[in-house]
Amino acid sequence: MTTALSAKEIVSKLSAEFPDAVKEAGADSVLVKSASLPAVTEYLKTADGLKFDYINYITAIDYYDYFEVVYMMTSTEYNRSVTLKTRCETRNRPTVPSLAGIYQGADWQEREVYDLMGITFKGHPNMKRVFLWEGFDGHPLRKDWNK
Amino acid sequence: MEIDENKEYIYDSYQLDCDEGKIIEQMKASTKKSIPDPADWIDADLKRNIVLTSLDWVIDWARRSSLWTAICYPACCGMEWMATLAPRFDGSRFGMEIMRASPRQADLLITAGTLTWKMAPNVRRIYNQMAEPKWVIAMGACGISGGIFRSGYNVVPGYNKIIPVDVYVPGCPPRPEALLYGIQQLQKKIGRAKAVPDLSELPNPLNELPNPLKKDKKK
Amino acid sequence: MTTTQEISLQTEPFVLNMGPLHPSTHGVYRMRVTLDGEVVLDIEPMFGYLHRGIEKLMEERTYTGCIPLTDRLDYASAMGNNLAYCVAVEKLAKIRVPERGEYIRVITAEMIRIANHCLAVGSMLNDAGALGTPFFYLWNEREKLYDLFEMLCGQRVLHNYIRIGGVSQDLPDEFLPALEKFVPQLHKFINEFEFFLKQNEILIARAQGVGVLPKDVALNCGISGPLARASGIKRDLRKDDPYSVYDRFEFDIPTAENGDCYDRYRVRMEEMKQSLHIIDQAIKKVPGGPFRAKVPQIIRPPAGEAYGHIEGPKGELGFYLVSDNSIAPYRCHIRSTSFINLTALRQMVKGWKIADLIVIFGSIDITMGEVDR
Ligand code: SF4
Repeated sequence: MTTALSAKEIVSKLSAEFPDAVKEAGADSVLVKSASLPAVTEYLKTADGLKFDYINYITAIDYYDYFEVVYMMTSTEYNRSVTLKTRCETRNRPTVPSLAGIYQGADWQEREVYDLMGITFKGHPNMKRVFLWEGFDGHPLRKDWNK
Repeated sequence: MEIDENKEYIYDSYQLDCDEGKIIEQMKASTKKSIPDPADWIDADLKRNIVLTSLDWVIDWARRSSLWTAICYPACCGMEWMATLAPRFDGSRFGMEIMRASPRQADLLITAGTLTWKMAPNVRRIYNQMAEPKWVIAMGACGISGGIFRSGYNVVPGYNKIIPVDVYVPGCPPRPEALLYGIQQLQKKIGRAKAVPDLSELPNPLNELPNPLKKDKKK
Repeated sequence: MTTTQEISLQTEPFVLNMGPLHPSTHGVYRMRVTLDGEVVLDIEPMFGYLHRGIEKLMEERTYTGCIPLTDRLDYASAMGNNLAYCVAVEKLAKIRVPERGEYIRVITAEMIRIANHCLAVGSMLNDAGALGTPFFYLWNEREKLYDLFEMLCGQRVLHNYIRIGGVSQDLPDEFLPALEKFVPQLHKFINEFEFFLKQNEILIARAQGVGVLPKDVALNCGISGPLARASGIKRDLRKDDPYSVYDRFEFDIPTAENGDCYDRYRVRMEEMKQSLHIIDQAIKKVPGGPFRAKVPQIIRPPAGEAYGHIEGPKGELGFYLVSDNSIAPYRCHIRSTSFINLTALRQMVKGWKIADLIVIFGSIDITMGEVDR
């Protein structure tokens, strides 16, 4: 059974390394400051006893006031999973650091989020639209997008 | 595409994407109305034709009995289309087991699946590449009207916005039997077409010329 | 591995457009292939030719109303999509499925796995040059499975059978005997089919050692399913994160070491046998009782989020749902297997000939409906 690593555990592990990275700990997910996201994921991927080496998905949700980007990683070795979240408050060109350098699987999923939700991933090698064509008006998965 | 002599045709891939986007937007803007059923607008032409029964029959028989299909299976209806060609339903009974990857060699386009705006220019291009005479069967609810995805932001509401469609096969997906029935209907339709023009109704330049035979009779 | 140095004739790299309608792209997939002569230097995949906006459409429908949309994602294995979605909703709304419902789900999920692998192996062999014959042999078996599905729910391809809290209708009386009769037949067929292809020169020449996907790359790309297992990642959600009642069945997870096209083919064949084994056990154990929990047609799950995933025929298929306590999902993200499995294509094909590109692509087993959503 893949057990989700409880937020408490992650926070206790992270607080030693990154004292001010964690903003908020939910029930089974952690809200991370977007600036420290790459460092945190890098740590989660490589640190002994964690080894979250497999990325399940990346997605984004539009809550009107802010966008939430959700990452889920699994450790195939220990069979545990972790959900990280980060937020960007602006609606105009929101930006989050990219994880494409850490997980190759993040590459296209970030492009997908960019295409449909309009969140730019900084540091991504090829930030282009995936599904829709260049010149498509707006980002359809935003709640205020209208045909 | 028109080729501009003064333009440099070396792109980076982003530029290509932008150009593709422009084509799509153009197509989106230009296709507001559905294209009518081809029989409607060809009929005016055909009405001028006589029944040269045997010759017409032979030509139509040849045309309808070996419909070669161009490939166009974007989505789920493609599964049933494959099933139609597979052994159980055996499309080869109707002379159409051959799929042609090149539209130049095909005369039937079975549009098995949802059409999106991004795909639309390509489908139009495939249709344009097919040699005359050509026919189109719109397969499935998506092919007819957009079906379950009609309200989607990237879905063309029916193939007849892009290309003229001869036969519509409803269903989501239509069963192979339904598709076969649709093909038979198309064959009937082809059978009705008049391939040889009626000379008596066309303005015949020969009529104006002095007729040597008549002269002979007078003498 | 072929490298450019081996070629005596040096040519300029040029770009070839492949797709979106190409006989071997399994739908409408397009890639820009940069070639040096015949050798693939690089590819740039392009999607969106079947982007139907399913995630957006789901936000406008009730939870039950979304099920038909999930069918149309991976249309080669519609039942698996239904199951993944329902597992996610049940996790969100904390609904328990009755025993009988769970067993029916397991049976149908394994049946669709076999049907999907029939198609996957068939089209891979098709791409490898065995045009038609093996594909049609396997398609025949798929037809027989279609018959069983039709008996079950009236639809051949897009089943729309699994519902939130169970399945839409009970098994008809004649279903289990028919399935029981079919299982040994299929087993015999698979053995026979394997025997035909075991020492097949062409298959071995075209597939063995071609398109190797190393284990670490596979893991880093997030590859799952038979593709990952062929590269030696022993991960199967049926065992590692059991959903439904999979923990009650005995079965192996076939894996291979090399991660080439041939291994992928072999893993799929083995998996079909294991699925038959599961079906065999499940038929004997199907309990009585209700087949569906008492769930209203319109549900309002409590506000929150859930990620439900299953081991679909192609790999991990997941649905991430966010609820705001209304009748429709606030947001539904589909973790589509094919899309993520395609990530590794670029690494796999570099340096191979363009004819190998087709085989490698075929061995990944994708469905464009799921890639583009
Ligand atoms: S009509 Fe139905 S089966 Fe056919 S492409 Fe559309 S959704 Fe798929």
